[in-house]
Amino acid sequence: MPRIWKFGRDVDTDQIVPGRYAPYMRPDVDVGTAAFIEAHPEFNEHALPGDVIVADANFGCGSSREYAPQALYNRGIGAIIARSFARIFYRNAINLGLPVFVSNELCYQVEDGEKITLCVRTASIMAGNETFQLQQLPPFAVQIIEAGGIAAAVRATGKFPEGIA
Amino acid sequence: MIARPQPQTLSEQIFSEKAGKPVMAGDLVVIHPDVAMGHDSLTPGIIKIMREQLGINNVFDPNQVVLVMDHVAPASTVGTANAQSQIRKFAREQGIRLFDVGRGICHQVLVEEKIARPGRVIIGSDSHSTSYGAVSAFGTGMGSTDIALCWGTGQAWFRVPETIRVAATGRFERGTDAKDLALWLCRKMTIAGATYEAIEYHGLDWLPLNEKQTISSMAIELGAKAGIFPVCSETCNGSSLPDWLQVDSNATYVRTVAVNLSQLQPQIAIPHSVDKVVDISEVEGESIDVVFLGTCTNGRAEDIQRAAEVVQGKQLRIRMIITPASSRELQRSIENGSLQILLAAGATITTPGCGPCMGRHQGTLAEGERCLSTGNRNFKGRMGSPDSGIFLASPAVAAATAVTGVITNPKSLACETELVHA
Repeated sequence: MPRIWKFGRDVDTDQIVPGRYAPYMRPDVDVGTAAFIEAHPEFNEHALPGDVIVADANFGCGSSREYAPQALYNRGIGAIIARSFARIFYRNAINLGLPVFVSNELCYQVEDGEKITLCVRTASIMAGNETFQLQQLPPFAVQIIEAGGIAAAVRATGKFPEGIA
Repeated sequence: MIARPQPQTLSEQIFSEKAGKPVMAGDLVVIHPDVAMGHDSLTPGIIKIMREQLGINNVFDPNQVVLVMDHVAPASTVGTANAQSQIRKFAREQGIRLFDVGRGICHQVLVEEKIARPGRVIIGSDSHSTSYGAVSAFGTGMGSTDIALCWGTGQAWFRVPETIRVAATGRFERGTDAKDLALWLCRKMTIAGATYEAIEYHGLDWLPLNEKQTISSMAIELGAKAGIFPVCSETCNGSSLPDWLQVDSNATYVRTVAVNLSQLQPQIAIPHSVDKVVDISEVEGESIDVVFLGTCTNGRAEDIQRAAEVVQGKQLRIRMIITPASSRELQRSIENGSLQILLAAGATITTPGCGPCMGRHQGTLAEGERCLSTGNRNFKGRMGSPDSGIFLASPAVAAATAVTGVITNPKSLACETELVHA
């Protein structure tokens, strides 16, 4: 069963994937193997598809490197739920089809390692015996995530998703 | 120029002009950015997304795209060499302007080449694309997929940001400069203090271009989407000035951050966050292993010259790596004699580009090493080992520290000799 990985505030993209582990530097290696390789080795070794990251404010600050959310996407992370996100990371994650939810409280209400069930469509999670209703994603983000990323969405429709254009 | 029904911030003015209709903070717009820049670190991935995921083989508008080789320059591995070779071939095929290895950091090159101009919208595959605000452009960083979409379709979407006004008064005391203001803003506003928002810098029209670049480059360290200076004929020398782009004091600003420059001490960001900033007096005497002078924030000839003024007539106690921001800045630093002073004192110099800023080459840090850098980020492990530490400061503090081997206020070193401009 998927679990929660808890993080603090201001998790920067150098922690998620150091620049030294960029695809540019290791073209033959899946960048997913570098997720939190130095900042959180336990996550790097044991995170499984479906696991959920719950974090404090300003998740993903720093660089524009899309390979940071790409690494988490490649690992099959089900969603990131944070008090807030850095701008470029938030946009990159949605563009890739990685669900990102904003919740002011959740990081205070759940524990690291807790089992979790997530429904992206309804924006609800179950952790322990409690159900938490998250704020729904904006409609354009839902479209993008359901299409499998903004590139797939634009390729299918020939235009930017509705709500943006 | 389009009619404006209400007062607008610089960002609102620029997006209204691009959208062909008045837009305000909060509005979503799809526009044709003037420039979509890619650098060597991410361009191969952007090409792949455009071709394989979007199914578009050629860029929509070759004149919109600019490529710069700066992140690993020259190539350090077969992998980076192959990537650069692929980028050169792509640029030739597509008829795209390419600034190759040694020309310099993308953000410096685009300003020098006047590709970054007042009123333009410039997106780049690099978070420090906020730098273009120094020449009154709306510059912002985006990820590879957004850049690929722009290359393939010519378009990008934006939410017009709210704006924070930085209102400066006074002048810098001797020993402080724009870097101290940039670090002080991180200290005051925090690393997330301007997330999703643009910043306008008021009261700083008198600053030279290089110092405006220092400040705009670090707007992203507050989470800002852009960091824009008002149009100024001296800064934008040679570029045509759009008469529609002017500060309107009745525009709506979400808040104002006031600062009196004359009260600033030299500021230092300590490991491992850009907003862990203290007055230099709190960390003077801390030992440092290596000094790095460079980056899009502080790698210009004026920065190198400032360092030379501090070092003049002295020898360095520790390693000092100098990475000029561009080939032009390197030549200026040779011509005005400042590089000669620094090399004679024991400094070394690398190819113009990003240098060791992200730990890939030209000065990667070892376990336990402490670097004082003139760069913009000190996240854990950024320049090398996760057990290393990075302090951020101005070129003057960097130079004084290289002389003594410990964090040093340039005021406490005698530096009577002023360099003569070439």
